[in-house]
Amino acid sequence: MQIKKNIAVSETGFVFDPTSGESYSINKVGQEIMAMLKDEKTPQEIRTRMCEQYDIDQASFEKYYYDFTGMLRQFQLIEEDE
Amino acid sequence: MEKQQFERPYIKKLQAGMPSKFGMKPKAEPITHIDDNSVADLIGEFGSPVYVISEKTIRETYKRAHHAFTTRYPKVQFAWSYKTNYLSAVCQVFHQEGSWAEVVSGFEYDKALGNGVKGSQIIFNGPDKTEKDLKKAIENDSLIHIDHFDEMYTILALSENSGKKPKVAIRINMDTGVYPIWDRFGFNYENGDAWDAVNRIMINDKMELIGLHAHIGTYMMSANSYKIAAGKMADLAHGIDKKYGISIKYIDLGGGFASKNTLKGAYYPGSDTAPSFEDYAEAISSGLLNSELDPRKLPTLILETGRALIDDAGYLLGSVIANKRLSSGHRATIVDVGINLLFTSFWYEHEVYPAAPVSDHLEETTIYGPLCMNIDVLRESIAFPLLKKGDHFVIKRIGAYNMTQWMQFITLRPNVVMIDLKGKPHIIREQEVMDNITQQEKLPEHLA
Repeated sequence: MQIKKNIAVSETGFVFDPTSGESYSINKVGQEIMAMLKDEKTPQEIRTRMCEQYDIDQASFEKYYYDFTGMLRQFQLIEEDE
Repeated sequence: MEKQQFERPYIKKLQAGMPSKFGMKPKAEPITHIDDNSVADLIGEFGSPVYVISEKTIRETYKRAHHAFTTRYPKVQFAWSYKTNYLSAVCQVFHQEGSWAEVVSGFEYDKALGNGVKGSQIIFNGPDKTEKDLKKAIENDSLIHIDHFDEMYTILALSENSGKKPKVAIRINMDTGVYPIWDRFGFNYENGDAWDAVNRIMINDKMELIGLHAHIGTYMMSANSYKIAAGKMADLAHGIDKKYGISIKYIDLGGGFASKNTLKGAYYPGSDTAPSFEDYAEAISSGLLNSELDPRKLPTLILETGRALIDDAGYLLGSVIANKRLSSGHRATIVDVGINLLFTSFWYEHEVYPAAPVSDHLEETTIYGPLCMNIDVLRESIAFPLLKKGDHFVIKRIGAYNMTQWMQFITLRPNVVMIDLKGKPHIIREQEVMDNITQQEKLPEHLA
């Protein structure tokens, strides 16, 4: 699973999808996760990094991570691994 | 290195359209403290959920209302509407401020007596007064507001055997320009029923007609309706004086003043649209003072305002149980406050605030209570911050009706805490325990 190549993410938290023309806003944690997905980090790597940086345990983070990627999928911003 | 505070990741589709022309704040300001007590500490000490009542707010609100009326009309008496909130501590704050009691059942009547209210300062309203209740009220010189002819004849019969002449008022309903007309309480003004009731009382001469009462509606957004009601009641009082030579001692305009809560379906928030105490006071006093009433013997104005005096003083504190997404992708948050504790969520869009600072991000969310019932919805859709499991929140303006219309359903009812004028919290109703429920039950022998 990774962010579609043509998705643009600004430093101020705006996401633009040139295929659909839709724009989105994301919060800081969402922005960091998107950046790591773009860098093709695995869910485990993302979880470890975020739990080091933020006051959150691994199980809770995993719950919010999958909820977030579910929304990315719903908005068709990601492409699944072949 | 200190870890950063985590906020759950969030993405929101931006919708092109008209910006809010009302300038609503895009951010949910937290309510972190209530009268200098932190929400987290209150929940830590008294559990979650917990009702919190600010004594300071009650007294300040009462003083504002009292000032609005006493600066416009010479004789004003408030009577605390027990059904709005009859927790003894709440009633006592109002009684200390000078309120009489307004009750609508034998249970409430006894509660008022238990709170030390003099019988002569209890107004007995409501359609269901038993013979036993009425007998007690007659003995105690309470002010009995007659709702229907059946009640009138019960009082007449009781007065035959009593050495006392019952002190009564008649309840009057009328057209005040607000529809549907509340015509279920008392006698109608326009069709002559009210005069009929007056005539029967005067002819029988077994009761002392000392007042006129009207309860024109609830959550009345039109102050002018009270002006119409006050004018009609003043005309009736003047007519009684002319016909029978009796001065009505008081005119009771009941309750029904709106609080600042927003009704479901309302376009503007209640905080912008609900009339102020000054608006109501101006309407009522001008209705009375501009009437034919003799200014040398004006009747006392009694007010039974409940909701508008207590709503702001009540808070309901709770915690997030879980977040989930509905099939549409819409966010849902489950909290530990259900509709059994927040009965008013059936007609209000209650304001829900985070209890700690949050980011600017808000997500359209449905807030569900913890009951295993589909109807347990506190808010269908609210722009809500990104709270996580365990985060606390505060529901504002819940002081009216929720602590009387609450239901013991599926769970037990929580603590109710009052914060005194010095900022000290006191439990004024302990959370229920299993025994409170089971001790009322009886098990037939064959099932034991």
